[in-house]
Amino acid sequence: MTTPAPAETLDLAARFPGAVSADTRPGYTGWIVTPEKLLEFAQFVRDELGYDYLVNLCAVDYLPENRMEVVYNVFKTTGGPGLTFKTWAPRTDPIEIPSVISIWPGADFQEREAWDLYGVKFIGHPDLRRILMWEGFEGHPMRKDWQEAFYDEDVKPFKRRWPDGKHVYAEKRAVYGDNINFKPGFDPEKWTPTDPEEALYKSLKKYKSETTDGIETDHIIVNMGPQHPSTHGVFRAVVVLDGETVVSLKPVMGYLHRNHEKIGERNTWLQNMPYTDRLDYFNSMTNNWGYALAVEKLMGIPVAERAEYIRVIMAELSRIQNHLILIGMLLNDLGAYFTPALYAFEERELILDVFEAVSGSRMMCNYFRFGGVVRDIDEDSLRKIKDLVFDRLPRKIEEFDRLLTENEIIVSRLKGVAPLTAEEAIAYSMAGPMLRASGVPYDIRRADPYGIYDRFDFDVAVRYNGDMYDRYLIRVDEMHQSIRILQQAVKSIPEGPIASQKPSYTTKVPPGESYGRVEGPKGELGFYLVSTGKPNPWRYHVRTPSFVNLTALEKMCIGTKIADFVAILGAVDIVLGELDR
Amino acid sequence: MMTGKGILKGLGVTLKRFIDTYLDDLRWWGKRYYTPEGIAHRSSKDAKGVFTIQYPEEKLPVPEEFRYKPFLLYDEGPNGEQNIRCTSCGICAKACPPQCIWIVRGTDPQTGRPVPQPAGFWIDADICMSCGFCAEYCPFDAIKMDHNYEVASYTRNLMDINDLLKPVSYYASIRPLNYAREEEARKAKEAAKAAKSQA
Repeated sequence: MTTPAPAETLDLAARFPGAVSADTRPGYTGWIVTPEKLLEFAQFVRDELGYDYLVNLCAVDYLPENRMEVVYNVFKTTGGPGLTFKTWAPRTDPIEIPSVISIWPGADFQEREAWDLYGVKFIGHPDLRRILMWEGFEGHPMRKDWQEAFYDEDVKPFKRRWPDGKHVYAEKRAVYGDNINFKPGFDPEKWTPTDPEEALYKSLKKYKSETTDGIETDHIIVNMGPQHPSTHGVFRAVVVLDGETVVSLKPVMGYLHRNHEKIGERNTWLQNMPYTDRLDYFNSMTNNWGYALAVEKLMGIPVAERAEYIRVIMAELSRIQNHLILIGMLLNDLGAYFTPALYAFEERELILDVFEAVSGSRMMCNYFRFGGVVRDIDEDSLRKIKDLVFDRLPRKIEEFDRLLTENEIIVSRLKGVAPLTAEEAIAYSMAGPMLRASGVPYDIRRADPYGIYDRFDFDVAVRYNGDMYDRYLIRVDEMHQSIRILQQAVKSIPEGPIASQKPSYTTKVPPGESYGRVEGPKGELGFYLVSTGKPNPWRYHVRTPSFVNLTALEKMCIGTKIADFVAILGAVDIVLGELDR
Repeated sequence: MMTGKGILKGLGVTLKRFIDTYLDDLRWWGKRYYTPEGIAHRSSKDAKGVFTIQYPEEKLPVPEEFRYKPFLLYDEGPNGEQNIRCTSCGICAKACPPQCIWIVRGTDPQTGRPVPQPAGFWIDADICMSCGFCAEYCPFDAIKMDHNYEVASYTRNLMDINDLLKPVSYYASIRPLNYAREEEARKAKEAAKAAKSQA
């Protein structure tokens, strides 16, 4: 394999004179493209340079400079470092940026999110509706000048808490207070509600009734969720059915939206750590890691050697329990009610016992700190982990395999259902097991290594059919690989300090930007951070696998039966905590 | 391949589990449930069959590092007085991610100068996310995370200083290793201080 010249040495400014310039702000990298040339540039980057994989797209509000920036992080599916480029427009409505959906279809939901939260109009986007907030919501909540209903202060720590912190309930302070904004000319007396769902139903493929053999037939719309048990939370899908076959489908999300990113920008750097636990609440360990990685990149600090091993151990244990639960719950979705799920829970309990002993909490671990981890792993826990990875887990994964893999009902329900080709998976920015099940051996642990994964001997699990059965098998494969990593890690874990920094509740982060990405169990978890040198991040964006992987949901579901939709959604492995943020 | 072989293989696994549960029951005759050894066995790598902890009749013991809602520590004086360790420095309130700690700094009524005592201390336990930062960054070991997780109530949980205060002996009982380590560090520090003042 020949390695092309890295993007840093390419002079893209010379290739696009007047339209592209290097981003020379201190701490920033990449290129700034004018909106007029954005599509041409993106086409060039994808087709000529080979950056075929759009991983992250987000907006940043530079209020003092009066500019709204859109950031693109693109990578090559053959591996290697990525390319960052930005485009910006003045911060006066309407803010218009061309949509890159024609080049990377995976930009779909991410552009809708930027429109929803920042009010960036993506020209050329076919379905630019709100995605996390509801249609009819006034304002764009991630803008720096937008304030929430119980607004206290711009950044934490709030002055109200100390030294004169007489407790007062937030709702007593702002009972329909003065920070509720109406749009100009809005009069509640004269307001007649419009159907907020109208745009949603209009976005579905048009249906028409027809008469066959004298019988009038019609497509019907079915709302699955938000309270449907198969949706793993409060997720809703609006499905157009022709008989039992899915004709069109639109996911509706945001029922668990709490504006995690806005909270993140109010928080100090360290305070975000426990909040990341609550994204994908099955894998707080990997969430912690993603965030710690992005901040460590910004700070330019090393990670203590022992802590690196502990991080790998925790992340891989987390991956195993996530995949166990996924398989168990997938079987629930297929109708094998709870036997596999509860078998999976047993192994998960043992892993969570370890998490609890080292971090203090089974699920909300809050275990990582910048430069290391919060506390050392004790002998007893290490012995427990050894018991698990050398004895129990291999045995139990094998048992799972025997229980399910060859079961004829499972095979016939899964094989050939909802296939996604490698090209489609890349185009839709699929990540993690979903991408690898489609025959793309892209694993960040190998493609863009972080931590100490380059020291371990393991294979990138890959399956080639891209159907449901492969999505099941890839999880089993990945658990075997995780066991391999764990066995090497627990054998070679060195003694030593567990943090490279002195513990402190304040963090000095130099100005700049960083994008930290880890291979979470569900796919790529990325954190895009902007620091202005203050104690709080200026921008805190989370690129979550659950959210981006759903871009291809409609593509996968069209033509399948409604009963399979439940399983397809289950195999994408969404968690509403990180989907809705 | 014979159709149905996969299903039979899977059923074999479930049947084995079913039998294992009873075998384990027999092997641990009468001790599988409601005994500390039984609970330890059921949460070990050798556990077979049913895992369930019969809560609330039996409870899974929590590890020392388990954290659930903070409390404030006081040293017991010789005459039973409560010497609150907190100096109302406000570090916990500043570190707290959901900002649920409210402190009124103590002042001397005569001079109006700050004194190292809190005049008011509240933790809004409904907002607390049990992250443990307050205990982690407290320089005086004055606030620690509790082990009591059964805190359901019919009302909102705003805890004032009287709800929060617990004796150091309680802390030593739930976190013996941490307590020993901190005491050692404190003694070493005092010894160093004494040596310095003598020199």
